[in-house]
Amino acid sequence: MTLIAFMGAMEIGLIFALVALGVLISFRILDFPDLTADGSFPLGGAVAATLIAGGHDPWLACGVAALAGAASGWLTAWLNVRLGILQLLASILVMIALYSINLRIMGAPNMPLIGSPTIFSPFIGENFDIAWQVQPAMLAALIVVAKLGLDVFFASQAGLAMRATGANARMARAQGIATERMVLAGMALSNALIALAGALYVQTQGGADVSMGVGTIVVGLAAVIIGETLLPSRTLWVITLATVLGALLYRLLIALALNADFIGLQAQDLNLITALLVGFALVLPKLKAKLARKPGGTR
Amino acid sequence: MLRADNLFKTFNPGTPIENPVLRGLSLQIDSGQFVTVIGSNGAGKSTFLNALAGDVIVDSGSLHIDGKDVTRTPGWQRAALVARVFQDPMAGTCENLSIEENMALAYYRGRKRGFGPALNRGLRELFRDKLATLKLGLENRLPDRMGLLSGGQRQAVSLLMASLQPSRILLLDEHTAALDPKTAAFVLELTDRIVHENQLTALMVTHSMRQALDHGHRTVMLHQGRVVLDVAGEERGRMQVTDLLAMFEKTRGEAIDDDALLLG
Repeated sequence: MTLIAFMGAMEIGLIFALVALGVLISFRILDFPDLTADGSFPLGGAVAATLIAGGHDPWLACGVAALAGAASGWLTAWLNVRLGILQLLASILVMIALYSINLRIMGAPNMPLIGSPTIFSPFIGENFDIAWQVQPAMLAALIVVAKLGLDVFFASQAGLAMRATGANARMARAQGIATERMVLAGMALSNALIALAGALYVQTQGGADVSMGVGTIVVGLAAVIIGETLLPSRTLWVITLATVLGALLYRLLIALALNADFIGLQAQDLNLITALLVGFALVLPKLKAKLARKPGGTR
Repeated sequence: MLRADNLFKTFNPGTPIENPVLRGLSLQIDSGQFVTVIGSNGAGKSTFLNALAGDVIVDSGSLHIDGKDVTRTPGWQRAALVARVFQDPMAGTCENLSIEENMALAYYRGRKRGFGPALNRGLRELFRDKLATLKLGLENRLPDRMGLLSGGQRQAVSLLMASLQPSRILLLDEHTAALDPKTAAFVLELTDRIVHENQLTALMVTHSMRQALDHGHRTVMLHQGRVVLDVAGEERGRMQVTDLLAMFEKTRGEAIDDDALLLG
């Protein structure tokens, strides 16, 4: 694999690290199985692309995209806590609805951003040769900020209350925590991160497409699970670190698999490889435990 | 002070499994009083406690804590007034959070939770001192996961957590039922101490008549969602388990069949 291909893999890995952090909040911290991601990721992309194409500041576009994502996550949570719709089903409803909304926002199935300004363009200038270095570097900085921000939040009084809500809602209520509000806020935060990732994605890929969200949740979950397998821990800052590393490793493995000519895999095999990788990561802890037990043979 | 007037609660109304649990329950408890609550299965003990805590909202009747009407107040808003320890040691704590994080959660009960750090040196010091009074060696295990503790240790920590913030009422729902006799005795002793030291108004549901008479100032018996016996003072002091049992059988109008009540 060439250096540029490696950096390309890192670039997408960093963007999906943001998705993975969002998935970590919904699936692991709030214990809320949420598929909204498949709609909120392209929602962020659609909002950002439309705003940028309309001549707005790319940073502003990112901010609005994150807010739109927050609204979608909030809606999923609202359907669940206020209307009592099953978590998974509530998120599927929002995801489906977002497909139409995304088409409405863009007014077309896709929206190219070739030549438009992005958050990266001021740092790249006229010299497009350095884009492959600038973009991953800026994304890395953004991910570090997001990771540290989440670490600080989840160590705060409000953040601890959110963790308790997912861990034991009855206990949380007995301690005076408004668990419904915590779920609403947490889901908003989760999907804000995912939509922000979508906004960054369209700026690195040169455009938004309504089908860009397919499989987002699987990739996010893959990163979380690979991270957990790689670096099992119950300490929060280690968990967020593991999640980011999981996202990077996932993209790297995908790139390696697709680049290794002797295997004969092609781009269309991506989802198959993803399923295999996630399956493997899920089985690995059990496999490790089994292997660790064998040599003694006593148990 | 706690005042419950004419509480009614029916689960699954209008269905074949309709279950009227509270049927006009009234009870008044003065500040600083420690009341033990007994009654057979289905008498409404747990539902009454859940109604006080706000986990269950009653169908009719009224509930006042300290003169404040809390009949319709959701549970989390009552937390400033009501602290509780659950029967299941798993229920009252978060097993995936550390001991200090669990205590920090309880430390902010009834207070605003902001974006400041949940833990700091001063708080850890406070938690260490509190844990040291248990004499279980937990003061050196602040960062350990709650799930690593035994049931008795978790109930002891739950009791500490309930007393970290002032509250008007402490609710104990058979909080020793899941423990072995020795640990149960330890947790009960701790309960007496914490209630006494903090001069708490407390309600303790128990399955054991012995416990009901040995602890607290007043014993209340529930039957079919109502208070059928209420003894305190000298009358209670003279009472034996057999007396209580006789009354229990009289109210039920049948011979007692629950060994736990006899042997506990």
